[in-house]
Amino acid sequence: MTQPAAVAPPKSHAAHEAHHEELGFWRKYVFSTDHKVIGIQYAVTGLLFLLFGFSLIMLLRWQLAYPEAALPLFGTLLGEARMPGGVMLPEFYNELGAMHGTIMVFLGVVPLAVGGFGNFVLPLQIGAPDMAFPRINMVSYQAFFLGGVTMLTSFFVPGGAAQSGWTSYTPLADIATTGQTMWLIGMVFLITSSLLGAINFITTTIQLRAKGLAFMRFPFFVWAQFVTAFLLLLAFPPLEAAATMQLMDRLAGTSFFLPSGLVVSGQVLQVAGGGNPLLWQHLFWFLAHPEVYVLILPGMGIVAEIIANNTRKPLWGYRSMVYSLVFLGFMSFIVWAHHMFMTGMGTAMAAFFQTTTMIISIPSVVILTALIISLWGGSIRFNTPMLFAVAFLPMFGIGGLTGLPLGLNVADIPLHDTWYVIAHFHYVVAPGTLFALFAGLYYWFPKATGRKMNETLGKIHFFGSLVFMNVVFMPMFIVGLAGVSRRLFDGGAIYAFAQPVLHWNVVSSWGAWMLAIFQIPFIFNFFWSIWKGEKTDENPWQATTIEWSAPSPPPHGNFLVAPEAYRGPYEYSVPGATKDFMLQCEARDQAVAAPV
Amino acid sequence: MDIPYTVELRRDTGLTNGKIGIWLFLASEVMLFGALFASYILIRAGAPSWPRGDTFLNVPLATLNTIVLISSSVTMVMAWASLMRRRFGTFRIYMGGTILLGLVFLVVKYFEYSHKFHDGLFPSTNNFLAIYFTLTGLHGLHVFGGMVVNAYFWGPGSKLWKTNPEWFTNRVEHSGLFWHFVDLVWIFLFPTLYLL
Repeated sequence: MTQPAAVAPPKSHAAHEAHHEELGFWRKYVFSTDHKVIGIQYAVTGLLFLLFGFSLIMLLRWQLAYPEAALPLFGTLLGEARMPGGVMLPEFYNELGAMHGTIMVFLGVVPLAVGGFGNFVLPLQIGAPDMAFPRINMVSYQAFFLGGVTMLTSFFVPGGAAQSGWTSYTPLADIATTGQTMWLIGMVFLITSSLLGAINFITTTIQLRAKGLAFMRFPFFVWAQFVTAFLLLLAFPPLEAAATMQLMDRLAGTSFFLPSGLVVSGQVLQVAGGGNPLLWQHLFWFLAHPEVYVLILPGMGIVAEIIANNTRKPLWGYRSMVYSLVFLGFMSFIVWAHHMFMTGMGTAMAAFFQTTTMIISIPSVVILTALIISLWGGSIRFNTPMLFAVAFLPMFGIGGLTGLPLGLNVADIPLHDTWYVIAHFHYVVAPGTLFALFAGLYYWFPKATGRKMNETLGKIHFFGSLVFMNVVFMPMFIVGLAGVSRRLFDGGAIYAFAQPVLHWNVVSSWGAWMLAIFQIPFIFNFFWSIWKGEKTDENPWQATTIEWSAPSPPPHGNFLVAPEAYRGPYEYSVPGATKDFMLQCEARDQAVAAPV
Repeated sequence: MDIPYTVELRRDTGLTNGKIGIWLFLASEVMLFGALFASYILIRAGAPSWPRGDTFLNVPLATLNTIVLISSSVTMVMAWASLMRRRFGTFRIYMGGTILLGLVFLVVKYFEYSHKFHDGLFPSTNNFLAIYFTLTGLHGLHVFGGMVVNAYFWGPGSKLWKTNPEWFTNRVEHSGLFWHFVDLVWIFLFPTLYLL
């Protein structure tokens, strides 16, 4: 195998390795510039935040199932200010809802999907020694961590954390308690982190891909991360601008989002006025709609890898999938106002955005269809990653299809802000993206640790999660179609129209608590397998992409010899080959020889 | 371990990592300021009346600042060009000039701000002043950030010149690209806020 000229001479490399051994605990695990350590830092922090965000919603689900009832055990622990006598106050309901959304999206899923998987897998998959800017990568994690700490601290300021929803709509958010200021400062940290990460991902993908790895030879996961990085790069700055303006409104007394003559608690607010509350919504959704694709695209990338690997077949329609992905990325910037049909922005605007929304559903359907057809005729291995990946398809399908009525102006009006909306996007993000992320965790765990996670525990985790995800979210469609709003802190108990569907709230809540129980095997499995899991070689799944040619766990610098790509990403079951997979970085004449 | 293409160009892209990185960063900055300019347009379009810039603002002082900032862009290019000609001493002079001009800009801005505050004109006074203080404040932060980076390359960062002059030249070029961008933002801010 010839070495590209870019590789450092062996002597200096060895010298550097020797130097690397001297790194102390802090430089190696805390202030590391190694993309693998940073990826794991992101992933573990993200998982902890997912657990925390889930705990918040389990608390909230008690209130929805049994409004006005005292919560046993935990109720009194949360203090008189939030749950006097164990009964939840409406303000606390709002706090839980707002922070659940914020934490799950910005501190849980995105850090795990992009920060975790992107950092760990992407450089390995393109055969790079590290990210293009290792120190910026470290700073990106630190900014994320500070953002997380800021958000957590906000629970302890007077008035509690942000209560204006994860969307922080103005003018409500402008006049909310101190928690909202903390939310905005936290967001500025998170935005900075995402920007630095995105610059790093794009540069790394373009510059550090292995010799011979043309763009159309990228694994689909790399494409997904590449497009995601552009969305983060270009969609987040407008939110930063919006956050700056909301901070100015709150701290410097400006009126960007405050209209003239606004009455608060019976009194006209003493501000200059003349601001535009809708402006916030435009700027927020200009980020937050691309953000939806930031949540889903890495998931699709992971699922594509695992499906190709476990059907032992190339992906069906790889090219159409890539073109769809890029088209999706472009389109995601011009659909944002379909979140705003209820604001009265006018029929011309609504017509435009409903049209673009219908158009953007096409590439999503192309990708999903290609993944389903990829299953056709494969001899499928149903291991835990594959189970999660296969379950992703119908779950994301439900999420996607139930979104169509929301994208149409007329159908959206009765459904807006009801539990139907919650059910729709949770099907996309919870049994959708989260299943993909679980699949990825089981799939790349051997690469990170050199050990496999336990299959039996994995299957218990999978089947429990699959059943109870649906128990949680399916009833929400029914409650939502009956017209119950997500903002009602008693789940609709005082309304006559909601009475026939109230019992579904109980089902949904018990589903959530059972879902939590079925995460215990995963948590146990995760830690147990780090030390006691079955040891594996560097390619336990007989996969084709370049990361599986590196040792497990990969050393500093990743590859023993700089890899070179000779073929496309999914050369499974090639007719005439001696085995049913061919590594991308394996020269054809070495097909029989042991992997490097 | 060394990251490839920090100094040498990758053959198929013809670029270094840093060059791509800085342009991507500038793209995100365009979106940041773009969103603020768009907000300005929306708020102004929705306002029943809008003051002309010179009602509140000092146009001659801003003109002076425009000249200062454009001059600093010229010295920035000269600093980089000196490095390309391998003249480190000249680089030091021009880079120092760039930093000083940035400082002049901020000092003038400080007098403008304090004069407004003295007259009782605050961001909360009206939406024109709100957008004025937000945009120029954010721009001022960018000027300050650029000065910090430039000062680093003028001072401690210049040690790299002795060990790896190409890399140092690249870094100064990237810092220069950012500086020109900050300059360009002002070129948009000046007519938008002061003249229209």
